[in-house]
Amino acid sequence: MKTDKHGAEEHLGFIRSYVFSLDHKVIGKQYMALSAVMALLGGAASYLIRWQLAWPETPVPLMQWVPEPYMYEGVLPPNTYNAMFTMHGTIMVFFVAMPFLLGAFGNFLIPLMIGADDMVFPKLNAISFWTLFVASSILVASIFTAEGPAAAGWTAYAPLSANPIYTGVNLGQNLWIVAIALEFASFLIGGINFLTTTINLRARGMTLMRMPLLVWMQIVASVVFLLSVGPLVGGAVMLLLDRTMGTGFFRPDRGGDPLLWEHLFWYFGHPEVYVVALPGFGIMLEVLPVFARKPVFGYRLIVWTTLAAGFLSFVVWAHHMFLSGLDPRLVTPFSITTIIISVPFAVLVFAMIATIWGGQIRLTTPMLFALGGLATFIIGGLTGIFLGASAVDIYMHGTYFVVAHFHYTLFPVVFFAGFAGVYYWFPKMFGRMMSEPLGKLHFWATFICFNCVFLPLFVVGLGGAPRRLYEFSNYEMFSRLQPFHVIATVATIVLLLSQSLFIVNFAYSRFFGRVAGQNPWQANTLEWTVDSPPHHPNFPKPPRIFRDPYEYGMPGQPVDFLPQNEPPVPTDRLEASV
Amino acid sequence: MLSSLLPSNVSSYGGDIDSLFDYILVLVIFWFVITEGLILYICIRYRRRSGTRSEYLRGDRPRQLAWIIVPALIVVVLDLSIDSASHAVWYSIKLAPPAPEVQVAVTGKQFNWEFTYPGRDGRLGTADDVTVENELHVPVNKVVRLTLSSEDVIHSFWVPNLRLKQDVVPGRRIPVWFKATKTGTWEIACSELCGFGHYSMHGTLFVHNPEDYARWEREHISSAGGQK
Repeated sequence: MKTDKHGAEEHLGFIRSYVFSLDHKVIGKQYMALSAVMALLGGAASYLIRWQLAWPETPVPLMQWVPEPYMYEGVLPPNTYNAMFTMHGTIMVFFVAMPFLLGAFGNFLIPLMIGADDMVFPKLNAISFWTLFVASSILVASIFTAEGPAAAGWTAYAPLSANPIYTGVNLGQNLWIVAIALEFASFLIGGINFLTTTINLRARGMTLMRMPLLVWMQIVASVVFLLSVGPLVGGAVMLLLDRTMGTGFFRPDRGGDPLLWEHLFWYFGHPEVYVVALPGFGIMLEVLPVFARKPVFGYRLIVWTTLAAGFLSFVVWAHHMFLSGLDPRLVTPFSITTIIISVPFAVLVFAMIATIWGGQIRLTTPMLFALGGLATFIIGGLTGIFLGASAVDIYMHGTYFVVAHFHYTLFPVVFFAGFAGVYYWFPKMFGRMMSEPLGKLHFWATFICFNCVFLPLFVVGLGGAPRRLYEFSNYEMFSRLQPFHVIATVATIVLLLSQSLFIVNFAYSRFFGRVAGQNPWQANTLEWTVDSPPHHPNFPKPPRIFRDPYEYGMPGQPVDFLPQNEPPVPTDRLEASV
Repeated sequence: MLSSLLPSNVSSYGGDIDSLFDYILVLVIFWFVITEGLILYICIRYRRRSGTRSEYLRGDRPRQLAWIIVPALIVVVLDLSIDSASHAVWYSIKLAPPAPEVQVAVTGKQFNWEFTYPGRDGRLGTADDVTVENELHVPVNKVVRLTLSSEDVIHSFWVPNLRLKQDVVPGRRIPVWFKATKTGTWEIACSELCGFGHYSMHGTLFVHNPEDYARWEREHISSAGGQK
């Protein structure tokens, strides 16, 4: 056994094992590394944005080196400000949330959790990562073009995005379109792989209703993505043609309609929220039962609810467009579907609370992050009700209330759930434990700072202040809200700095952490039945599955967990031992 | 209520929006306290103690599932109550507009608002129309109908005090209405990203009493008629 631990890697050489690897575990780590690099860029953009909002037109510390006209001795001009929030949104949604939650966790965990040795299509898997790598490189390169990167917002509403004269950005916006189109292609390829793998490669006994919920969430997210992204890939091509080839799909001066872009964008854009949210919930649903030592409450109900949420996510998109000029008679149907989609999410939240009820709770770092994610997501969900109610949306639409709301939905699933996943599966990925004290410090710093950033922004939104304003001083009524921006900015800076706790912990534990062993958390799912890190192929012999994934605290057992592949003890012997 | 954090309401329908806001707020606070309170309670009450086992609850029988299905049904009922209340307000604002008493055409362009008033003939789109930049003058307690259009990109006409917001889309003429209930000056903002000058697209709404309005109209509209 010892020979094949590194055997595969050694005879393939460094490039084939660590760079152009076909091993789903290596590809998962590559996705994680890419999303980490992009998260640093997205975080840097948020620093510039927040500084400008708190202390408008003052030099941003550490940024004096940026040449004119992009910055003026550290002062951010309006164009660069617009470019920065465009980059922040694009990077965080498409190049952090998706690679992190789907790319990293999906690739690393799906084969391990269903008892497969790799994905069905390992080469396709590598292609999907390298397509994303090219897409990321193009997006990053667009920052260094002469006119700067795209500045039409991450939603790229036409005709602002469809005609270069309106933003003054030509090449940067074109590269933006190419980058997101390639990103979509990458996740289409990856999603097909997730689906076929889950359908075809489950180990013996791994019925669909015995799959860990993370796998369910990953495949529902993949299906939602596959079915929603097509129109926007077409939309991206049309937008590029409008900009470069003289077409007018979205340009009224050539007979086109700007609302077409909004429909295509949100027909994808709203399901996209669930594409990101579901894997985040999946991680939370893996972590909560392990550290509460209880089965997930209502497994089947959760599966059916998730499918319902996936379906509903296709019929809510126009709630982004209540005030877009859409026929006002269409608004109430979309308002109803939007508010009704709170039901599946209420069920998920209630099921998570019922899962920890009556447990034996260990507040480890992964558990803290999972609980923190649940607690903050509730705020995001509840504040969405205001926006879904069409009449209140007249006031709230496009204000900082929206900004605070969607950060309260996305940050919990991307970062709280994502960090929960990293702290939880780090031992499986690298064979060592992360530091608990540092991890807890990281959690509390992140949790407190996150709330201090976005709670004040709800107040700014209630004051009526629109998002994406370079500064408030033109408006008497918004200038009064300036102190809340200062609080949010100070908290952002501390939030960003406190992520160094994670980086230090990660780097230190990678080499000097306590050796983990196969199953440090005493968990039941299949990935914990193989070595840490797992060999290639994953399973020395094909596993056989006997039970549900969350059998914790079963009465009448010597230990409080029962791995999925543990053969059942014959009933007579069990009775004898009791 | 928290709607007092909103800027003061000066439109005939703003009060309906604010009370709907308050209604949702009450429901949201109710669920916030219940869910967050439960999470906090569980984390304290069920901290791991040695020698004890967790309760083995799978939640796969109807009796247990009722714990989450019953609250979920309550959510459905409350959701529908919000939908119907919201539809009533939306309907009265968007689908049943009253007959206009004053008409103004609004044009958004990078980065100004243009307000076009009908001249002496009282009709828009004729030669005696008068255009004023960034100043909207209306009489108090009259139904004002604005026709919004854009010369370039999408803007959004946003008057927080009126609870009035509407995207201004090139290629479309979108009507909105309001009835201001209080005299004074209120700020107009652009609420949809429209380029580097988005933040400076500031306008002012002047709500006049009948005498002041008549004087303003005499000085700026009737006398200027036909000259622009």
